[in-house]
Amino acid sequence: MLSRVADAIYWLSRYIERAENIARFVDVNLHLALDQAEPDEDRQWAPLVAVTGDRSDFSERYEVANQKTVVRFLTYDRANPNSIYSCLWAARENARSVREVISSEMWEQVNRSLIMLRDAQTYNPVETDPAAFFSHFREACHLFWGITDATMTHGEPWNFARLGRMLERADKTSRILDVKYFIILPTADYVGSPYDNLQWVALLKSISGYEMYRKCYHDISPDHVAEFLLLNDEFPRSIRFCLAEADQALHAISGWRAAAFSNRAEQQLGRLRSELAYADVDGILAGGLHQYLDRFQAKLNGVGNAVFDTFFAIQPIRRQTQMGSLTQ
Amino acid sequence: MSFHGYQTDQFFDELFERDGKPRAGAQALIDRIEQLAEGELARRQNAAEAALMNLGVTFAVYGDEEGTEKIWPFDLVPRIVEPHDWEHIETGLRQRIEALNLFLCDIYGEQRIINDGVVPRGLIESATAYRPQCMGVRPPNDAWCHITGTDLVRGGDGTIYVLEDNLRCPSGVSYVLENRQLLKRTFPRLFADLAIRPVDDYPIRLRDMLQQLAPTGMYDPVITVLTPGIYNSAYFEHSYLAQQMGVELVEGRDLVVHDGCVMMRTTRGLTRVDVIYRRIDDDFLDPLAFREDSMLGVPGLFDVWKQGRVAIANAPGTGVADDKVVYAYVPDIIRYYFDTEPILANVPTYLCWRESDRKYVLDHLPELVVKSADESGGYGMLIGPQATAAACEEFARRIAANPRKYIAQPVIDLSRVPTITENGFEGRHVDLRPYILYGDDIHVLPGGLTRVALVKDSLVVNSSQGGGSKDTWVLADPKSAAPRNGLSHGVKHA
Repeated sequence: MLSRVADAIYWLSRYIERAENIARFVDVNLHLALDQAEPDEDRQWAPLVAVTGDRSDFSERYEVANQKTVVRFLTYDRANPNSIYSCLWAARENARSVREVISSEMWEQVNRSLIMLRDAQTYNPVETDPAAFFSHFREACHLFWGITDATMTHGEPWNFARLGRMLERADKTSRILDVKYFIILPTADYVGSPYDNLQWVALLKSISGYEMYRKCYHDISPDHVAEFLLLNDEFPRSIRFCLAEADQALHAISGWRAAAFSNRAEQQLGRLRSELAYADVDGILAGGLHQYLDRFQAKLNGVGNAVFDTFFAIQPIRRQTQMGSLTQ
Repeated sequence: MSFHGYQTDQFFDELFERDGKPRAGAQALIDRIEQLAEGELARRQNAAEAALMNLGVTFAVYGDEEGTEKIWPFDLVPRIVEPHDWEHIETGLRQRIEALNLFLCDIYGEQRIINDGVVPRGLIESATAYRPQCMGVRPPNDAWCHITGTDLVRGGDGTIYVLEDNLRCPSGVSYVLENRQLLKRTFPRLFADLAIRPVDDYPIRLRDMLQQLAPTGMYDPVITVLTPGIYNSAYFEHSYLAQQMGVELVEGRDLVVHDGCVMMRTTRGLTRVDVIYRRIDDDFLDPLAFREDSMLGVPGLFDVWKQGRVAIANAPGTGVADDKVVYAYVPDIIRYYFDTEPILANVPTYLCWRESDRKYVLDHLPELVVKSADESGGYGMLIGPQATAAACEEFARRIAANPRKYIAQPVIDLSRVPTITENGFEGRHVDLRPYILYGDDIHVLPGGLTRVALVKDSLVVNSSQGGGSKDTWVLADPKSAAPRNGLSHGVKHA
């Protein structure tokens, strides 16, 4: 398939997943805010800006980080490239450029979602009924994935979609874990309090993981939550699971045998997978969860770059670089 | 909604006789619409528009920042073409396309028609779309204009005229196919009862034609549609046609010339391309051959084409034959190559570079339509009867400054078709663009794009100027065995 098309499908998929995750971030924070006796808005909302967007970009346009400003920044702010609106717009532009490759149903779903988002601005449900807004939006994203799997041939283009989606999801799960761990564990004496339990439940619910978590663990503890999100083999939003899926997609694209590599993208992802395969949660926490997630995100970016170099940046050999410079 | 009180005024109406009776072929449609419950037609119209919006069947409006995409207004009442009219149109178009193709072979070859004094040399060489780079090139099967969308209009007395020959990258065929799908959903029973000729096989025929252009003996050539990209006003159509034909949609940046061939960049390296259906103007096709500053094209593409290692449809240089001044010579061109009279009439045309014509034009501006020879889309034109005195003066100045660039024609009272308006049905002016494929044989799509000027009394049907579209129903001749809608091999629709 065309490199440009593979690139567009990969990003279409990443942007939808990103928008969905931002909706989850905001939603869980809104829930937490409801349970808090003495809300410390800045402490609760500022970290969201840091993990999803650009802090300096935010402070240029907003004076304080509170529920109202951060929610606006993350939902409808078109100047923020990582707002839900911007992501969905980018997803749609990508979809538009590959309409002939994806199924019409997929295109219609992306198009409809953006129209819905645009129309919703007029009656502003983000402020009047945020719970309904975010759950509706999440459903629209779920519908997109369902349509994708059910209507698109599971060939090379579909595998690029799967690759983009899983890499993005792994990244976002690591971020949601990072920021929540930071907020929910302010001081040691919070641990074990009823309030603490509520927070972990909210976190798990925000990634649709509460019920699945409960099937694995009987108690709610920070260590177990971290283990569940990082190392569970079967939960579809856990990082280990996402990387395994991404790895399968890469191998389906190359046709290479599993547990070996034929290009740099497979090599880097394979290494990262093995690290996670032999990691345990105690070791991770002992070295500091935040530090661990930081390193993980950097390596995941490396995988993303390798995907770009391997598949999307196909440059013709020698002479064409001269040709290229002629056109500039 | 009812047709009671519908007025044809002094115009030719495509559905009604002058005395207000429905034309024979339109009777069933009129009856069906009259049977619909009050408000039902409006409901179906809204449903159709919502479907277009969700499908993203849109066009971009240049210079309109927010909401750059709009659905193209669509009117549910179709235009009906009766069999004898269609037969006349089809034979006329075949004759015209064949002549124009011979003309292109000749212009870029021996130039007999110039040497014999039928078409002035200066006229050809001053045409903006003339490409001296194409001299001596022999494209596959000597075919230059593979896809044509000729604009036809009907005057007050019922005569059908050719208004323009669009030989470069005529657009709009995707709307023909989409409009038909919508109408089938809206009036399913009529399709069952009437013998409406199908248009759905256009993408299959287009692909077959493109396949014929590939080097002979090639079993499975790589065919592509070349688009300027998603910000082009006709992007939807490019994407749609690629999808319906099952071929790659490429942009200039996907292609590269390597080892004397055109290649596309894929996830597995470079793959050779054999046929390009380009939807980019000549100017932007190849910065090495044409405009240097083009970012849309492929450096070196023209050379590969000249050497016959890639086919391009339409061939570079075809635009010279739809120059509006050359247009005036088409009847002579037909007579020259075939020694027979043209079947379809031209609109009488005054060429401003002829002194006598220019004098007449300048004296009669308020009665004439003046067009720039090399612009399209309803831009750069003056409609005398509706223009202000200042606009007329402005055009008089422009004509005096550059007479080669302008032609003038009498105003044709375009025929009308009933159209849904706030005041019920009213007549609106229409034109018709049938599509012609020139491959091993000539195929005229039985139907075409009926563009309608939605503004009352307006004669400008272009989408950029407030025009909309209608489905076009060509009725099958009951005597002939042309396939009916239900029997055709259907293309699965998006």
